Amino acid sequence: MDKTVNQKAWFLVLPVFLIVAFSAVLPLMTVVNYSFQDTFGNNQFFWNGVGWFKELLDPSTDLGSRFFASLWRNLFFSAVILAIEVPLGIIVALSMPREGWRVAACLVILALPLLIPWNVVGTIWQIFGRPDIGLLGYVLNSIGIDYNYVSNEFDAWATVIVMDVWHWTSLVALLCYAGLKSIPDAYYQAAQIDGASRWAVFTAIQLPKMHRVLLIAVLLRFMDSFMIYTEPFVVTGGGPGNSTTFVSIELVKIALGQFDLGKAAALSLVYNLIIIIVCWVFYTVMTNAGADRSRTEGAA
Amino acid sequence: MQSIPGRRIILSLFLVFLLLPIYWLVNMSFKTNTEIVSTMTLWPNHPTLANYTRIFTDESWYSGYIHSLNYVVINTIISIAFALPAAYAFSRYRFLGDKHLFFWLLSNRMAPPAVYALPFFNLYSAIGLFDTPWAVALAHCLFNVPLAVWILEGFVSSVPREIDETAFLDGYSFPKFFVKILVPLIASGIGVAAFFCFMFSWVELLLARTLTSVDAKPISAVMTRTVSAAGMDWGLLAAAGVLTIIPGALVIWFVRNYIARGFALGRV
Repeated sequence: MDKTVNQKAWFLVLPVFLIVAFSAVLPLMTVVNYSFQDTFGNNQFFWNGVGWFKELLDPSTDLGSRFFASLWRNLFFSAVILAIEVPLGIIVALSMPREGWRVAACLVILALPLLIPWNVVGTIWQIFGRPDIGLLGYVLNSIGIDYNYVSNEFDAWATVIVMDVWHWTSLVALLCYAGLKSIPDAYYQAAQIDGASRWAVFTAIQLPKMHRVLLIAVLLRFMDSFMIYTEPFVVTGGGPGNSTTFVSIELVKIALGQFDLGKAAALSLVYNLIIIIVCWVFYTVMTNAGADRSRTEGAA
Repeated sequence: MQSIPGRRIILSLFLVFLLLPIYWLVNMSFKTNTEIVSTMTLWPNHPTLANYTRIFTDESWYSGYIHSLNYVVINTIISIAFALPAAYAFSRYRFLGDKHLFFWLLSNRMAPPAVYALPFFNLYSAIGLFDTPWAVALAHCLFNVPLAVWILEGFVSSVPREIDETAFLDGYSFPKFFVKILVPLIASGIGVAAFFCFMFSWVELLLARTLTSVDAKPISAVMTRTVSAAGMDWGLLAAAGVLTIIPGALVIWFVRNYIARGFALGRV
C-alpha cells in the first residue's frame, strides 16, 4: 500500500485548504492581534506586548487564578467522562444484538441523543433534574437523597457528568460497534478451536481490531469535553459559585461578558495550544502503537 | 461477533437510561403549565396540544426551524463536496506537506467555538454575510470539513487501488472516474460523513447564535425566549425541545440501514 508521490494532488486538496483557511486563519489572526493589545473602547487599541500572557500564566493574578482553576476543573471533567464513557461504550457495543430488526432499533435509539441540539440537551437535564418538576430530582428527593443541582456543588458535578455520559456514550458505542463488525467470523472460529477464553478473545481479537475506531472516539471525546460550553451553561450556568465553570464558559464570560478582548484572546490562544498539544500526543502515540502492531502482525 | 454474558440486560438498561429524559420531555410538552407545576404524573392527565399549536402558528417560532435546516443543509453539501477530492488525495498520494496539512485540518476540528465566536462576528459582518444562513454554514465548515475529510479518507482507503488503475486503463478521465466509479463505491461512506456533518451542524449553538440576529436566527436561539417576566413557560420549552429532536430522529430513521451498512464497510 505504498502511496505514489504526486504533487498535483495539491489541486484536489486546495478547495478544502482554502475554505478552512478562510474560516480558521483569518479569525485566528484577529485573535492574535487582540492578544497583544489593550483597548478602552471606541476602537482605540494600544500595544500591550506579552502583558496579557504574563498575567494569564501567573496564578497570583485574578485572570491567572481564574484560568488555572477552570483549566484543572476542565481536565478533571475530561478525565472522568473518558474513564466512564470509553469502557461503557465498549460494553454497549459488545452487547449489541447480532442481526434482525433489533439492530436497527438499537442503532436508532443510540444515535438519538447525538442529534439533539446541545442547548436542548441542557434543557432536558435541567428539567429532568429539578426537584419540583423533574422525574430524576423528584424520585431522588422522595427516596431521601437531598439532591439539588442548583445549590449543591457535588450534585451539580454529578448532573453535568451524567448528562455527558447520556449524551456521548453512544458515539463511542457506535464507533466500537463499527470496529467489531469489521472482524471476520474466521477469527472467532479460530479462537474457538484454540479454546480461547472470552477475555482472551476480547484482548487478542476485539480490542486490537477496535484500536482505530477507539483512537477516533478518544480524540473526539477529549476535544469535545475539553471545549464543552453549552450543556453545563444551560444546566448550571457555571455554578454553584464557579464550581462548574469550564474553560469555554470562563472564556465567553471574559470575551462577551466583560468585553476584555485582550485577556480573552490571550486565553483563547493558550487554550487552543493546550488542546492541539494534547491531541497531537494522543495521535502520535496511538498511531505509532498501531504501526508497531501491524508491523509485528506482518512479520508473523 | 461474539457477545458478552448478560448483554440483553446491560443493553436494555442503557437504552432505558437514554430514553427516560426524552420521555419526560415529551410528557411535559403535552401538559399545561399549571399541571406541570402542581402535579407529578407519569403521563399528562389533561393532554393538550396548545404548546405545539403556538409554535406552528407563530412565525417567529417556526421560522427558527426553517433557518436551522437551511444552514445545516448548505453546510452538509459544501462539506461533502469539498472533502471528497481531498479525501481521495490524502488516501492515494503523497505530496509536499501532506501529513502536516492533515493534522492542521484536524486541529481546526479541535478549536473551541468559544475562541472563534467574536472574530467570526467581525469577519462575517465585514463581508456582509452576518445574519444569513451562509455565515453559519461557512462557520460550521471550520469543524465539519476536517471531519468529513477524515471519515471519507478512511472509506476511500478501503477501495482497492487496482480499481482506479483499471478505470484509467479503460480510458476513464479523472472526473468521470470520480463520479461514475468512486462515488458509487463509497456511497455509504458519503452517507456516514453527511450524517456526521448534519449532526454537528444541527447541534451547534454558540456560533449559530453569535452569527445571526433576526433573519437567520436558529431555533435553538429562539428557545431562550420562553424565559419571561412571568417565569418559565415549561410546556412551550418542552414542546420546542421535542420538535428539535424530530429532524434528527428522521435523519437517523431514513439512514438507519445505510448507516449500519456504512459502519460495517470496513468488512472487506
